[in-house]
Amino acid sequence: MIFIYLTSGLFLGWSLGANDAANVFGTAVGAKMVRFKTAAIVASIFVLIGAVIGGAGATHTLGKLGAVNALAGSFIVAFSAAFTVAWMTKLKLPVSTSQAIVGAIIGWNFFSGSVTDYDSLTKIVTTWVLCPVLSAAFAMILFFVFRKVLEKINVHLLSMDFYTRIGLILVGAFGAYSLGANNIANVMGVFVPVVPFEPLNVYGLFTLTSAQILFFIGALAIATGIFTYSYKVMDTVGGGIFRLSPVTALIVVLSESLVLFLFSSEGLEAWLISHGLPSIPLVPVSSSQAVVGAVIGIGLAKGGRGIRFNVLGEIAAGWVTTPIAAGILAFISLFIFQNVFNQQVSKQVEYCLSDEVVTYLEQKQIPVRGLEPLRNEVYTNSVQFLSSIESHSPGSKKFVRKIIEASKITPLFIDPVLISNEVDRRWFTPGQYEAIQKLAGKSFKHTWQLKQALQNLSDEWKYKPENRKFKLYNKNLDKKYENLFSIFHVRNPSTKSK
Amino acid sequence: MAILFRSTRALESEIDEYLDDVSNGILVFIDGVKNYLSKNVDSFKDNLTTIDKLEGKADELRRTIENNLYTHSLIPEHRGDVLGLLETIDDIIDTAKETLTQFSVEKPYIPESLHQQYNELAETAGKAGEAVVHATRSFFKEVKLVQDHLHKVYFYEKEADKQGDRIKRKVFEMDDLELCQKFHLRYFALHIDTLADMAENVADRLAIYTIKRTI
Repeated sequence: MIFIYLTSGLFLGWSLGANDAANVFGTAVGAKMVRFKTAAIVASIFVLIGAVIGGAGATHTLGKLGAVNALAGSFIVAFSAAFTVAWMTKLKLPVSTSQAIVGAIIGWNFFSGSVTDYDSLTKIVTTWVLCPVLSAAFAMILFFVFRKVLEKINVHLLSMDFYTRIGLILVGAFGAYSLGANNIANVMGVFVPVVPFEPLNVYGLFTLTSAQILFFIGALAIATGIFTYSYKVMDTVGGGIFRLSPVTALIVVLSESLVLFLFSSEGLEAWLISHGLPSIPLVPVSSSQAVVGAVIGIGLAKGGRGIRFNVLGEIAAGWVTTPIAAGILAFISLFIFQNVFNQQVSKQVEYCLSDEVVTYLEQKQIPVRGLEPLRNEVYTNSVQFLSSIESHSPGSKKFVRKIIEASKITPLFIDPVLISNEVDRRWFTPGQYEAIQKLAGKSFKHTWQLKQALQNLSDEWKYKPENRKFKLYNKNLDKKYENLFSIFHVRNPSTKSK
Repeated sequence: MAILFRSTRALESEIDEYLDDVSNGILVFIDGVKNYLSKNVDSFKDNLTTIDKLEGKADELRRTIENNLYTHSLIPEHRGDVLGLLETIDDIIDTAKETLTQFSVEKPYIPESLHQQYNELAETAGKAGEAVVHATRSFFKEVKLVQDHLHKVYFYEKEADKQGDRIKRKVFEMDDLELCQKFHLRYFALHIDTLADMAENVADRLAIYTIKRTI
């Protein structure tokens, strides 16, 4: 069964390759500087390397689909996102795969009665506007800088051609590496805990973990997408919006990478802050939106004539359609899958505002006044729970997510076998690992209880003050907590009690 | 990558060599006209052989360059332009060779009173050719200088037209020549002037290509 579920992950990988490879090599192929075949080979190799090596950090997270708590649900969500992206690819439109996934997850939320974090919706809409604007501005600035510099330094037409080509291939290879590293968790992440692969030793040279084998297979799906179907979107990006010359093709990918790096790199932000430098505000960015913005920027820098606004209109419509269509498709497919094929697409999650939860919330100075009627009631639907809280205590709107989060019942059992097999010793500090070991054999009802227990055992599990300096530290700590929750979560409490 | 860079460098020097050959061809052409007029038969023959070799070599280089541009899919934006450019430049050395051959075949009688004017015409047409070769080099290496050379091409081409016109008028005013001789002389003024016209053709193309060359 797992292999059937895996197919939708592979389909998502294929769609990702078919659509997103254009963000990396579209302009180079459109400007005829790199042959499609060469681009596809380079992109595939670097996607593979990125997924297997660079994606290793992502094995600790399940990717975006981790929000879906049943494998059959992940299958449908991944399938809906993949189908939407494939459909957009057929229409030759560059769209964001992760926005399709978020849209499909929202569809799942509606179906399963889970509360949707509306921040993710605002993020998507911001990305549509802000990302192209930033990227267009970068492209325009780079265009004028390049023009000035190229006027000053006299490079032979053929040498210029050579440097541009090398630049396009290098930036493209780097982009393909990031594409693999950043997206493989979304494609394959949910399957990591369930695949039955054994670690594979490759001729005694190196060993691939089961996650890496899975990522390798996912990357192969991406590569297949690049080879079989990415030409169409490349054509739109590289020539459909505005005809690019080789140098402007390079400027487009450079500005795209710059925008992605400057505005989404937490590493860069942490580095700037640690050196006492002003940091750049992080904004949600997406390579599909960035590349289109950069092409528009070049068109504007060259006077604005020659920009095909009808193509731009289609692309914008595609951006809006993608998450919506993925959401609707996911909702309908989940309905069919559950009722016709009798598959469990979501697991019931219970919420209970028990006494211990109230004590915990009070400790955290989260007001629970007015919520007495809900005390010890068990809810099986977070949307209902949310509306109950809001109707009883309208003042607690600000804290409602925290109340829901704290009331969520997540049975956790710190299984000693799982500690030695699943917990990645290298990722945790010795103090953190020791604390986990001390908890072996214990059970918890809520995730915050495990958090508290760990924090009592080791200072290394404690959050640092909430300011910009420690933002990345705290975020990493959160990732470690999430990792533990997914490892020790008792998915089927009845089997445990046997 | 290193191989690609080496082949790029090799191609650059081939283009330079090709332009050198065209430039040498123009110099040989001017010298050839001078030698014909001063009846230096041996030197003239020498000029003929040299220009023949140069033209052959230039043709071969042009084919190699074009072939390389296409097989390695280089300069996709400018490939067509460069091809057109190289072919029209080839017309300059072809015309030079053709004209000298006509001198050798038809052996036109040119009265001594016209020698200086024919020499001057050949030199002016040659200067137009030289200027366009400079312009072409700049197109590859230093695009902002192209314009400086192009205006010289246009200037010399006009000058050559005027000089050719003066020769024709003078020829037809001369009473001691037969009409057929006058025709012959007119044709040779025209042949020499054609070199400047060819240079102008190249210049016209370059003017457009240069606009495209900016990013």
